[in-house]
Amino acid sequence: MENDMIKHEIQIEAQREKLDELLDMIRIDLNLMCCPMDKQISLEICMEEIFVNIASYAYGEQTGMAFITEEVTNNSISLCFRDKGIPYDPLAKEDPDTTLSAEEREIGGLGIFMVKTMMDSVMYEYKDGFNCLTMTMTW
Amino acid sequence: MNIVVTDCESYVRLIVEGRVDTNTSPQLQQAILSAFQKSKDVVIDFLNVPYISSAGLRALLIGQKTATSKGGSMKVTNVSDVVMNILELSGFAKILKIE
Repeated sequence: MENDMIKHEIQIEAQREKLDELLDMIRIDLNLMCCPMDKQISLEICMEEIFVNIASYAYGEQTGMAFITEEVTNNSISLCFRDKGIPYDPLAKEDPDTTLSAEEREIGGLGIFMVKTMMDSVMYEYKDGFNCLTMTMTW
Repeated sequence: MNIVVTDCESYVRLIVEGRVDTNTSPQLQQAILSAFQKSKDVVIDFLNVPYISSAGLRALLIGQKTATSKGGSMKVTNVSDVVMNILELSGFAKILKIE
């Protein structure tokens, strides 16, 4: 598997109930490419945060699709999440202040911060009517 | 996710088993709030929790805020290395009582 790459295009309804289905699909590829368990957990958290963001906000009161392009090698993964929802750059949101006390901390705002911290790179662009968020990790 | 609730003499213990994610965290949050209705001191055992996302962290933060407002305490015990790493990078390791 040294030089192999697995590439998948996934189309899935952007609904919270579909989260496990999405993670199951990607977990199979991560296991095939021997992704270490700690990296796999971090990746699954990041995928959850992005997918749930799309499910919760991209289409407002409506529902829509999420389009995920996955490229996995024996030591890296690239994931591109796309949706046709309201243009929104989640990376523009200010990071939460992680030094505040429990009383001062606000509920929420952590998900994108965790993605930015755990992934090696995260990039957003709005292109051809799609929100596109691409993130990468190596191991 | 399963949660076993044990009423101890001076506190309530919640033994959590499974992933704490977007879909399961409401169950954890409800269990924490119910525990604080019985006791001002709550212990949450995370021995069998391999995964926590921001939704789960929110449930813990609500629990910590509830503990403070009641003049009680919330302790999280038996945290795995992977979950501890998440608590540290989110700043939660400093605001929760972890044993």
